[in-house]
Amino acid sequence: MSFLTTEGLPRQDLEEILDLADEFTHVLARPIPRVPALQGKLVANLFFESSTRTRLSFERAARALSADVMSFSASGSSLTKGESLKDTVLTIEAMGVDLMVVRHRATGAPWRVAGWTGCQVINAGDGAHQHPTQAMLDALTLRRRFGDLDGLRVAIVGDIRHSRVARSNVFALTTLGARVILVAPRTLQPVDCVGWPVETTDDLDAVVGAVDAAYLLRIQTERGGASVFPSLREYVSRYGMTRDRFARLPADAVVLHPGPMNRGVEIDDMVAGHPRTLILDQVANGLAVRMAILFRLLGGK
Amino acid sequence: MPMVMAAADVRRSLTRISHEIIEKSRDILPVLVGIHTRGVPLARRIATVIEEVGGARVPVGALDIGLHRDDLSTRPTTPLSGTQLPADITDRTVVLVDDVLYTGRTVRAALDALNDFGRPEVVRLAVLVDRGHRQLPIRPDHVGCNLPTSVAERVSVRLGEIDGGEDGVWVQGVRS
Repeated sequence: MSFLTTEGLPRQDLEEILDLADEFTHVLARPIPRVPALQGKLVANLFFESSTRTRLSFERAARALSADVMSFSASGSSLTKGESLKDTVLTIEAMGVDLMVVRHRATGAPWRVAGWTGCQVINAGDGAHQHPTQAMLDALTLRRRFGDLDGLRVAIVGDIRHSRVARSNVFALTTLGARVILVAPRTLQPVDCVGWPVETTDDLDAVVGAVDAAYLLRIQTERGGASVFPSLREYVSRYGMTRDRFARLPADAVVLHPGPMNRGVEIDDMVAGHPRTLILDQVANGLAVRMAILFRLLGGK
Repeated sequence: MPMVMAAADVRRSLTRISHEIIEKSRDILPVLVGIHTRGVPLARRIATVIEEVGGARVPVGALDIGLHRDDLSTRPTTPLSGTQLPADITDRTVVLVDDVLYTGRTVRAALDALNDFGRPEVVRLAVLVDRGHRQLPIRPDHVGCNLPTSVAERVSVRLGEIDGGEDGVWVQGVRS
Protein backbone atom coordinates (compact mmCIF):
# COMPACT_ATOMS: atom_id res chain seq x y z
CA MET A 1 0.00 0.00 0.00
CA SER A 2 1.19 3.51 -0.78
CA PHE A 3 -0.23 7.01 -0.41
CA LEU A 4 0.10 8.73 -3.77
CA THR A 5 -3.02 10.75 -4.51
CA THR A 6 -6.26 11.96 -3.00
CA GLU A 7 -8.13 11.34 -6.26
CA GLY A 8 -10.50 8.42 -5.91
CA LEU A 9 -9.88 7.85 -2.19
CA PRO A 10 -13.14 6.99 -0.43
CA ARG A 11 -14.50 9.35 2.18
CA GLN A 12 -14.12 6.73 4.89
CA ASP A 13 -10.36 6.47 4.29
CA LEU A 14 -9.97 10.25 4.43
CA GLU A 15 -11.97 10.43 7.65
CA GLU A 16 -9.99 7.61 9.23
CA ILE A 17 -6.77 9.48 8.48
CA LEU A 18 -8.19 12.66 10.01
CA ASP A 19 -9.45 10.78 13.11
CA LEU A 20 -6.04 9.19 13.57
CA ALA A 21 -4.40 12.60 13.08
CA ASP A 22 -6.59 14.00 15.87
CA GLU A 23 -5.15 11.35 18.19
CA PHE A 24 -1.62 12.20 17.13
CA THR A 25 -2.30 15.87 17.89
CA HIS A 26 -2.72 14.75 21.51
CA VAL A 27 0.47 12.70 21.34
CA LEU A 28 2.35 15.77 20.08
CA ALA A 29 1.06 17.78 23.05
CA ARG A 30 2.48 15.34 25.63
CA PRO A 31 5.52 16.13 27.77
CA ILE A 32 7.37 13.46 25.78
CA PRO A 33 5.85 13.75 22.29
CA ARG A 34 7.07 10.41 21.04
CA VAL A 35 5.58 6.92 20.87
CA PRO A 36 7.39 3.68 19.99
CA ALA A 37 4.87 2.63 17.35
CA LEU A 38 7.29 2.46 14.40
CA GLN A 39 10.41 1.37 16.25
CA GLY A 40 12.83 -0.35 13.90
CA LYS A 41 11.24 1.01 10.71
CA LEU A 42 13.37 3.02 8.32
CA VAL A 43 11.88 5.94 6.39
CA ALA A 44 13.84 7.56 3.54
CA ASN A 45 13.00 11.12 2.57
CA LEU A 46 13.87 11.47 -1.11
CA PHE A 47 13.53 15.08 -2.12
CA PHE A 48 14.53 15.44 -5.76
CA GLU A 49 12.98 18.90 -5.68
CA SER A 50 13.73 21.47 -2.99
CA SER A 51 11.59 21.66 0.11
CA THR A 52 11.94 22.87 3.65
CA ARG A 53 8.65 22.48 5.47
CA THR A 54 7.52 19.21 3.92
CA ARG A 55 10.86 17.48 4.43
CA LEU A 56 11.24 18.70 8.00
CA SER A 57 7.63 17.84 8.73
CA PHE A 58 8.08 14.25 7.51
CA GLU A 59 11.30 13.93 9.51
CA ARG A 60 9.66 15.12 12.68
CA ALA A 61 6.57 12.97 12.11
CA ALA A 62 8.65 9.83 11.54
CA ARG A 63 10.82 10.50 14.59
CA ALA A 64 7.79 11.13 16.79
CA LEU A 65 6.75 7.57 15.89
CA SER A 66 10.29 6.34 16.74
CA ALA A 67 11.11 5.42 13.13
CA ASP A 68 14.62 6.02 11.84
CA VAL A 69 14.94 8.62 9.08
CA MET A 70 17.36 9.15 6.24
CA SER A 71 17.06 12.31 4.23
CA PHE A 72 18.26 12.95 0.75
CA SER A 73 18.13 16.05 -1.36
CA ALA A 74 18.98 16.19 -5.02
CA SER A 75 21.65 18.86 -4.75
CA GLY A 76 24.88 17.24 -3.64
CA SER A 77 23.75 13.73 -4.56
CA SER A 78 24.90 11.22 -7.15
CA LEU A 79 22.18 12.51 -9.45
CA THR A 80 24.58 15.33 -10.27
CA LYS A 81 27.04 12.61 -11.32
CA GLY A 82 24.53 11.25 -13.81
CA GLU A 83 22.90 8.42 -11.86
CA SER A 84 19.36 7.63 -12.99
CA LEU A 85 16.35 7.95 -10.72
CA LYS A 86 15.81 4.20 -10.84
CA ASP A 87 19.37 3.37 -9.80
CA THR A 88 19.22 5.94 -7.03
CA VAL A 89 16.05 4.52 -5.48
CA LEU A 90 17.19 0.89 -5.87
CA THR A 91 20.43 1.80 -4.10
CA ILE A 92 18.53 3.41 -1.27
CA GLU A 93 16.09 0.49 -1.06
CA ALA A 94 19.06 -1.89 -0.65
CA MET A 95 19.89 -0.10 2.59
CA GLY A 96 16.82 -1.65 4.18
CA VAL A 97 14.26 1.10 3.73
CA ASP A 98 10.62 0.34 4.60
CA LEU A 99 9.02 3.48 3.20
CA MET A 100 10.06 6.23 0.82
CA VAL A 101 8.75 9.77 0.88
CA VAL A 102 9.24 11.07 -2.64
CA ARG A 103 9.14 14.56 -4.05
CA HIS A 104 10.01 15.02 -7.70
CA ARG A 105 9.38 17.69 -10.30
CA ALA A 106 8.11 15.08 -12.79
CA THR A 107 4.47 14.07 -12.67
CA GLY A 108 4.08 10.41 -11.79
CA ALA A 109 7.60 9.90 -10.40
CA PRO A 110 6.33 8.48 -7.06
CA TRP A 111 4.27 5.87 -8.96
CA ARG A 112 7.41 4.81 -10.85
CA VAL A 113 9.36 4.56 -7.59
CA ALA A 114 6.60 2.42 -6.08
CA GLY A 115 6.70 0.18 -9.14
CA TRP A 116 10.49 -0.27 -9.10
CA THR A 117 10.84 -0.98 -5.40
CA GLY A 118 9.10 -3.13 -2.84
CA CYS A 119 8.85 -0.09 -0.55
CA GLN A 120 5.72 1.74 0.33
CA VAL A 121 5.75 5.25 -1.08
CA ILE A 122 4.24 8.54 0.05
CA ASN A 123 3.93 11.20 -2.61
CA ALA A 124 5.32 14.43 -1.16
CA GLY A 125 4.60 16.36 -4.35
CA ASP A 126 5.07 15.38 -8.00
CA GLY A 127 5.34 18.28 -10.41
CA ALA A 128 2.04 20.11 -10.82
CA HIS A 129 0.11 16.90 -10.21
CA GLN A 130 -0.52 15.84 -6.58
CA HIS A 131 0.53 16.68 -3.04
CA PRO A 132 -1.85 14.52 -1.04
CA THR A 133 -0.43 15.00 2.47
CA GLN A 134 -0.81 18.76 2.03
CA ALA A 135 -4.49 18.31 1.18
CA MET A 136 -4.98 16.10 4.23
CA LEU A 137 -3.42 18.66 6.57
CA ASP A 138 -5.60 21.36 5.01
CA ALA A 139 -8.67 19.19 5.52
CA LEU A 140 -7.62 18.61 9.14
CA THR A 141 -7.13 22.35 9.66
CA LEU A 142 -10.59 23.11 8.29
CA ARG A 143 -12.22 20.26 10.22
CA ARG A 144 -10.63 21.36 13.50
CA ARG A 145 -11.84 24.91 12.85
CA PHE A 146 -15.36 24.20 11.60
CA GLY A 147 -16.04 20.74 13.05
CA ASP A 148 -17.13 19.31 9.73
CA LEU A 149 -16.41 19.95 6.06
CA ASP A 150 -19.93 19.16 4.87
CA GLY A 151 -21.27 22.14 2.92
CA LEU A 152 -18.20 24.26 3.69
CA ARG A 153 -17.50 26.73 0.87
CA VAL A 154 -13.82 26.87 -0.01
CA ALA A 155 -12.35 29.16 -2.66
CA ILE A 156 -8.95 28.09 -3.97
CA VAL A 157 -7.38 31.22 -5.40
CA GLY A 158 -4.48 31.74 -7.74
CA ASP A 159 -2.20 29.62 -9.85
CA ILE A 160 -4.42 26.54 -10.05
CA ARG A 161 -2.88 25.33 -13.29
CA HIS A 162 0.59 24.78 -11.84
CA SER A 163 -0.62 23.74 -8.40
CA ARG A 164 -0.42 20.18 -7.12
CA VAL A 165 -1.81 21.55 -3.86
CA ALA A 166 -4.98 22.65 -5.64
CA ARG A 167 -5.41 19.31 -7.43
CA SER A 168 -5.02 17.29 -4.23
CA ASN A 169 -7.32 19.63 -2.34
CA VAL A 170 -10.07 19.54 -4.97
CA PHE A 171 -10.45 15.77 -4.55
CA ALA A 172 -9.91 15.60 -0.79
CA LEU A 173 -12.17 18.51 0.15
CA THR A 174 -15.03 17.64 -2.20
CA THR A 175 -14.97 13.99 -1.13
CA LEU A 176 -15.30 15.23 2.44
CA GLY A 177 -18.37 17.24 1.45
CA ALA A 178 -16.98 20.73 0.87
CA ARG A 179 -17.97 22.92 -2.08
CA VAL A 180 -14.87 24.07 -3.91
CA ILE A 181 -14.66 27.12 -6.16
CA LEU A 182 -11.51 27.58 -8.21
CA VAL A 183 -10.69 31.26 -8.67
CA ALA A 184 -8.01 32.18 -11.18
CA PRO A 185 -7.33 34.25 -14.25
CA ARG A 186 -8.30 32.27 -17.36
CA THR A 187 -4.64 31.69 -18.12
CA LEU A 188 -4.06 30.03 -14.75
CA GLN A 189 -7.14 27.83 -14.75
CA PRO A 190 -6.32 24.18 -15.24
CA VAL A 191 -6.82 22.60 -18.63
CA ASP A 192 -7.71 19.20 -17.13
CA CYS A 193 -10.53 20.28 -14.84
CA VAL A 194 -13.36 18.97 -17.02
CA GLY A 195 -15.33 16.61 -14.83
CA TRP A 196 -13.91 17.94 -11.56
CA PRO A 197 -16.63 18.44 -8.97
CA VAL A 198 -15.95 22.18 -8.72
CA GLU A 199 -17.11 25.57 -9.93
CA THR A 200 -14.65 27.92 -11.60
CA THR A 201 -14.58 31.69 -11.92
CA ASP A 202 -12.09 34.41 -12.75
CA ASP A 203 -13.75 36.94 -10.45
CA LEU A 204 -12.57 36.75 -6.84
CA ASP A 205 -14.61 39.80 -5.81
CA ALA A 206 -17.81 38.02 -6.85
CA VAL A 207 -17.25 35.15 -4.40
CA VAL A 208 -15.21 36.64 -1.56
CA GLY A 209 -18.29 37.62 0.46
CA ALA A 210 -19.71 34.10 0.46
CA VAL A 211 -16.92 31.68 1.37
CA ASP A 212 -15.95 30.00 4.63
CA ALA A 213 -12.32 29.66 3.63
CA ALA A 214 -10.04 31.32 1.09
CA TYR A 215 -7.14 29.10 0.13
CA LEU A 216 -4.42 31.22 -1.44
CA LEU A 217 -1.82 29.72 -3.74
CA ARG A 218 1.67 30.94 -4.46
CA ILE A 219 2.52 32.19 -7.91
CA GLN A 220 4.93 29.50 -9.05
CA THR A 221 7.60 31.34 -10.94
CA GLU A 222 9.62 28.09 -11.20
CA ARG A 223 6.78 26.50 -13.19
CA GLY A 224 6.18 29.53 -15.41
CA GLY A 225 3.36 30.95 -13.32
CA ALA A 226 4.38 34.59 -13.55
CA SER A 227 4.54 34.70 -17.33
CA VAL A 228 0.82 34.38 -17.93
CA PHE A 229 -0.48 37.65 -16.49
CA PRO A 230 0.66 41.14 -17.43
CA SER A 231 2.16 42.25 -14.11
CA LEU A 232 2.29 41.29 -10.45
CA ARG A 233 0.50 44.54 -9.65
CA GLU A 234 -2.42 43.56 -11.81
CA TYR A 235 -2.49 40.11 -10.20
CA VAL A 236 -2.55 41.65 -6.70
CA SER A 237 -5.33 44.02 -7.63
CA ARG A 238 -7.58 41.23 -8.92
CA TYR A 239 -6.54 38.11 -6.96
CA GLY A 240 -4.46 39.19 -3.97
CA MET A 241 -5.89 38.83 -0.45
CA THR A 242 -5.60 42.52 0.27
CA ARG A 243 -6.80 44.13 3.51
CA ASP A 244 -9.83 45.34 1.64
CA ARG A 245 -10.80 41.87 0.40
CA PHE A 246 -10.05 40.34 3.78
CA ALA A 247 -12.52 42.80 5.32
CA ARG A 248 -15.17 41.60 2.87
CA LEU A 249 -14.84 37.93 3.87
CA PRO A 250 -17.61 36.69 6.18
CA ALA A 251 -16.78 37.37 9.83
CA ASP A 252 -15.78 33.80 10.69
CA ALA A 253 -14.09 32.93 7.38
CA VAL A 254 -10.47 31.82 7.46
CA VAL A 255 -7.48 32.14 5.17
CA LEU A 256 -5.14 29.27 4.33
CA HIS A 257 -1.88 29.16 2.41
CA PRO A 258 0.36 26.15 1.78
CA GLY A 259 3.53 28.22 2.02
CA PRO A 260 6.02 29.45 1.19
CA MET A 261 4.09 32.70 0.80
CA ASN A 262 4.97 35.83 -1.10
CA ARG A 263 3.90 38.60 1.26
CA GLY A 264 2.48 41.49 -0.67
CA VAL A 265 1.61 39.33 -3.70
CA GLU A 266 -1.06 36.71 -3.04
CA ILE A 267 -1.39 37.73 0.61
CA ASP A 268 -1.13 41.10 2.33
CA ASP A 269 1.35 41.39 5.18
CA MET A 270 -1.35 42.24 7.74
CA VAL A 271 -3.59 39.40 6.56
CA ALA A 272 -0.70 36.95 6.85
CA GLY A 273 -0.44 37.63 10.57
CA HIS A 274 -4.17 37.80 11.33
CA PRO A 275 -5.64 35.30 13.84
CA ARG A 276 -8.08 34.06 11.18
CA THR A 277 -5.15 33.18 8.91
CA LEU A 278 -4.31 29.58 9.81
CA ILE A 279 -0.95 29.15 8.12
CA LEU A 280 0.87 28.07 11.29
CA ASP A 281 -2.01 25.76 12.28
CA GLN A 282 -1.55 24.12 8.88
CA VAL A 283 2.11 23.51 9.63
CA ALA A 284 1.35 22.05 13.08
CA ASN A 285 -1.46 19.88 11.69
CA GLY A 286 0.93 18.67 8.99
CA LEU A 287 2.91 16.78 11.63
CA ALA A 288 -0.16 14.97 12.95
CA VAL A 289 -1.45 14.11 9.48
CA ARG A 290 1.91 12.76 8.36
CA MET A 291 2.17 10.69 11.54
CA ALA A 292 -1.28 9.29 10.79
CA ILE A 293 -0.36 8.36 7.22
CA LEU A 294 3.02 6.86 8.22
CA PHE A 295 1.31 4.86 10.97
CA ARG A 296 -1.38 3.56 8.62
CA LEU A 297 1.20 2.44 6.09
CA LEU A 298 3.83 1.03 8.45
CA GLY A 299 1.97 0.35 11.70
CA GLY A 300 0.08 -2.81 10.97
CA LYS A 301 0.54 -6.05 9.16
CA MET B 1 -20.27 -21.08 26.95
CA PRO B 2 -19.82 -21.50 30.72
CA MET B 3 -20.21 -18.37 32.82
CA VAL B 4 -17.59 -17.97 35.50
CA MET B 5 -18.66 -14.63 36.97
CA ALA B 6 -22.19 -13.26 37.05
CA ALA B 7 -23.10 -9.59 37.41
CA ALA B 8 -23.23 -9.90 41.20
CA ASP B 9 -19.75 -11.49 41.28
CA VAL B 10 -18.35 -8.68 39.18
CA ARG B 11 -19.91 -6.12 41.53
CA ARG B 12 -18.60 -7.87 44.66
CA SER B 13 -15.10 -8.17 43.20
CA LEU B 14 -14.95 -4.51 42.29
CA THR B 15 -16.19 -3.54 45.76
CA ARG B 16 -13.48 -5.65 47.38
CA ILE B 17 -10.81 -4.18 45.09
CA SER B 18 -12.02 -0.68 45.97
CA HIS B 19 -11.68 -1.44 49.67
CA GLU B 20 -8.19 -2.84 49.14
CA ILE B 21 -7.18 0.32 47.30
CA ILE B 22 -8.47 2.52 50.12
CA GLU B 23 -6.62 0.40 52.68
CA LYS B 24 -3.36 0.57 50.77
CA SER B 25 -3.42 4.33 50.27
CA ARG B 26 -2.75 6.49 53.30
CA ASP B 27 -3.32 10.22 52.87
CA ILE B 28 -3.63 10.68 49.14
CA LEU B 29 -5.84 8.46 47.04
CA PRO B 30 -4.31 7.14 43.84
CA VAL B 31 -5.07 8.10 40.25
CA LEU B 32 -7.05 5.30 38.60
CA VAL B 33 -6.12 4.69 34.98
CA GLY B 34 -8.22 2.30 32.92
CA ILE B 35 -6.69 0.58 29.92
CA HIS B 36 -8.87 0.81 26.80
CA THR B 37 -11.39 -0.63 26.22
CA ARG B 38 -12.93 -2.39 29.22
CA GLY B 39 -10.45 -1.16 31.79
CA VAL B 40 -11.96 2.32 31.51
CA PRO B 41 -15.49 1.57 32.81
CA LEU B 42 -13.98 -0.72 35.46
CA ALA B 43 -11.80 2.15 36.70
CA ARG B 44 -14.85 4.43 36.80
CA ARG B 45 -16.84 1.90 38.83
CA ILE B 46 -14.00 1.45 41.31
CA ALA B 47 -13.78 5.23 41.65
CA THR B 48 -17.50 5.40 42.38
CA VAL B 49 -17.22 2.82 45.16
CA ILE B 50 -14.18 4.56 46.64
CA GLU B 51 -16.08 7.82 46.62
CA GLU B 52 -19.09 6.24 48.37
CA VAL B 53 -16.99 4.44 50.97
CA GLY B 54 -14.04 6.74 51.45
CA GLY B 55 -15.85 9.99 50.81
CA ALA B 56 -13.15 11.30 48.52
CA ARG B 57 -13.18 11.78 44.80
CA VAL B 58 -10.60 9.76 42.87
CA PRO B 59 -9.32 11.03 39.54
CA VAL B 60 -9.95 8.56 36.70
CA GLY B 61 -8.09 8.46 33.40
CA ALA B 62 -8.03 6.37 30.25
CA LEU B 63 -4.93 4.94 28.62
CA ASP B 64 -4.67 3.87 24.99
CA ILE B 65 -1.73 1.53 24.47
CA GLY B 66 -2.27 1.14 20.72
CA LEU B 67 1.00 2.91 19.92
CA HIS B 68 3.05 1.04 22.52
CA ARG B 69 2.25 -2.59 21.73
CA ASP B 70 5.22 -4.88 20.97
CA ASP B 71 3.19 -6.79 18.37
CA LEU B 72 2.20 -3.81 16.21
CA SER B 73 3.97 -5.14 13.16
CA THR B 74 2.25 -8.53 13.30
CA ARG B 75 -1.39 -7.47 13.47
CA PRO B 76 -3.69 -5.03 11.69
CA THR B 77 -3.85 -1.52 13.10
CA THR B 78 -6.82 -0.69 15.25
CA PRO B 79 -8.34 2.75 15.69
CA LEU B 80 -6.95 4.72 18.60
CA SER B 81 -9.21 5.77 21.43
CA GLY B 82 -6.98 8.39 22.95
CA THR B 83 -5.35 8.84 26.32
CA GLN B 84 -6.81 11.24 28.86
CA LEU B 85 -5.13 11.58 32.22
CA PRO B 86 -7.04 13.74 34.71
CA ALA B 87 -4.03 14.76 36.77
CA ASP B 88 -0.27 15.01 36.67
CA ILE B 89 0.84 11.50 37.56
CA THR B 90 4.38 12.46 38.57
CA ASP B 91 5.05 11.41 42.19
CA ARG B 92 1.51 10.02 42.53
CA THR B 93 0.33 6.48 43.00
CA VAL B 94 -1.29 5.15 39.84
CA VAL B 95 -3.53 2.10 39.80
CA LEU B 96 -3.78 0.60 36.32
CA VAL B 97 -7.11 -1.14 35.75
CA ASP B 98 -7.84 -3.77 33.12
CA ASP B 99 -10.37 -6.54 32.61
CA VAL B 100 -8.22 -9.60 31.93
CA LEU B 101 -4.57 -10.18 32.82
CA TYR B 102 -3.05 -12.78 30.52
CA THR B 103 0.45 -12.58 28.98
CA GLY B 104 1.28 -9.26 30.65
CA ARG B 105 2.19 -7.59 27.38
CA THR B 106 -0.66 -5.10 27.58
CA VAL B 107 0.52 -4.06 31.03
CA ARG B 108 4.09 -3.70 29.83
CA ALA B 109 2.86 -1.43 27.02
CA ALA B 110 0.76 0.52 29.52
CA LEU B 111 3.78 1.08 31.78
CA ASP B 112 5.68 2.44 28.76
CA ALA B 113 2.77 4.65 27.77
CA LEU B 114 2.49 6.06 31.31
CA ASN B 115 6.16 7.02 31.16
CA ASP B 116 5.39 9.53 28.43
CA PHE B 117 3.23 11.47 30.86
CA GLY B 118 5.40 11.51 33.94
CA ARG B 119 7.07 9.39 36.60
CA PRO B 120 4.59 7.98 39.10
CA GLU B 121 5.92 7.14 42.54
CA VAL B 122 4.17 3.77 42.55
CA VAL B 123 2.20 1.90 39.89
CA ARG B 124 -0.17 -0.86 40.98
CA LEU B 125 -2.29 -3.17 38.90
CA ALA B 126 -5.93 -4.11 39.42
CA VAL B 127 -7.64 -6.67 37.17
CA LEU B 128 -11.06 -8.26 37.16
CA VAL B 129 -9.72 -11.64 36.00
CA ASP B 130 -6.25 -13.14 36.20
CA ARG B 131 -6.17 -16.10 33.81
CA GLY B 132 -2.46 -16.89 34.14
CA HIS B 133 0.08 -17.69 31.37
CA ARG B 134 2.29 -14.69 31.95
CA GLN B 135 5.08 -14.12 29.42
CA LEU B 136 6.63 -11.25 31.36
CA PRO B 137 7.53 -10.73 35.03
CA ILE B 138 4.32 -8.86 35.87
CA ARG B 139 1.93 -9.56 38.75
CA PRO B 140 -1.34 -7.94 39.79
CA ASP B 141 -1.86 -6.22 43.14
CA HIS B 142 -5.65 -6.51 43.17
CA VAL B 143 -7.46 -9.42 41.55
CA GLY B 144 -11.22 -9.91 41.22
CA CYS B 145 -11.05 -13.58 40.28
CA ASN B 146 -8.19 -16.03 39.75
CA LEU B 147 -9.22 -18.16 36.83
CA PRO B 148 -7.03 -21.08 35.83
CA THR B 149 -7.33 -21.50 32.06
CA SER B 150 -5.62 -23.26 29.21
CA VAL B 151 -4.05 -21.26 26.40
CA ALA B 152 -6.63 -22.69 24.01
CA GLU B 153 -9.46 -21.08 25.93
CA ARG B 154 -10.88 -17.60 25.46
CA VAL B 155 -12.02 -15.41 28.31
CA SER B 156 -14.66 -12.86 27.40
CA VAL B 157 -15.79 -10.06 29.63
CA ARG B 158 -19.01 -8.17 29.04
CA LEU B 159 -19.67 -4.87 30.72
CA GLY B 160 -22.93 -2.96 30.49
CA GLU B 161 -21.29 0.36 29.56
CA ILE B 162 -19.63 -1.13 26.49
CA ASP B 163 -21.43 -4.30 25.48
CA GLY B 164 -24.90 -3.50 26.80
CA GLY B 165 -26.90 -5.90 28.93
CA GLU B 166 -25.80 -7.70 32.07
CA ASP B 167 -22.17 -7.88 33.20
CA GLY B 168 -20.47 -11.25 33.16
CA VAL B 169 -17.35 -13.28 32.46
CA TRP B 170 -17.36 -16.40 30.29
CA VAL B 171 -14.81 -19.00 29.25
CA GLN B 172 -14.96 -20.42 25.74
CA GLY B 173 -13.18 -23.42 24.31
CA VAL B 174 -11.75 -26.63 25.70
CA ARG B 175 -10.89 -26.67 29.38
CA SER B 176 -7.92 -28.82 30.24
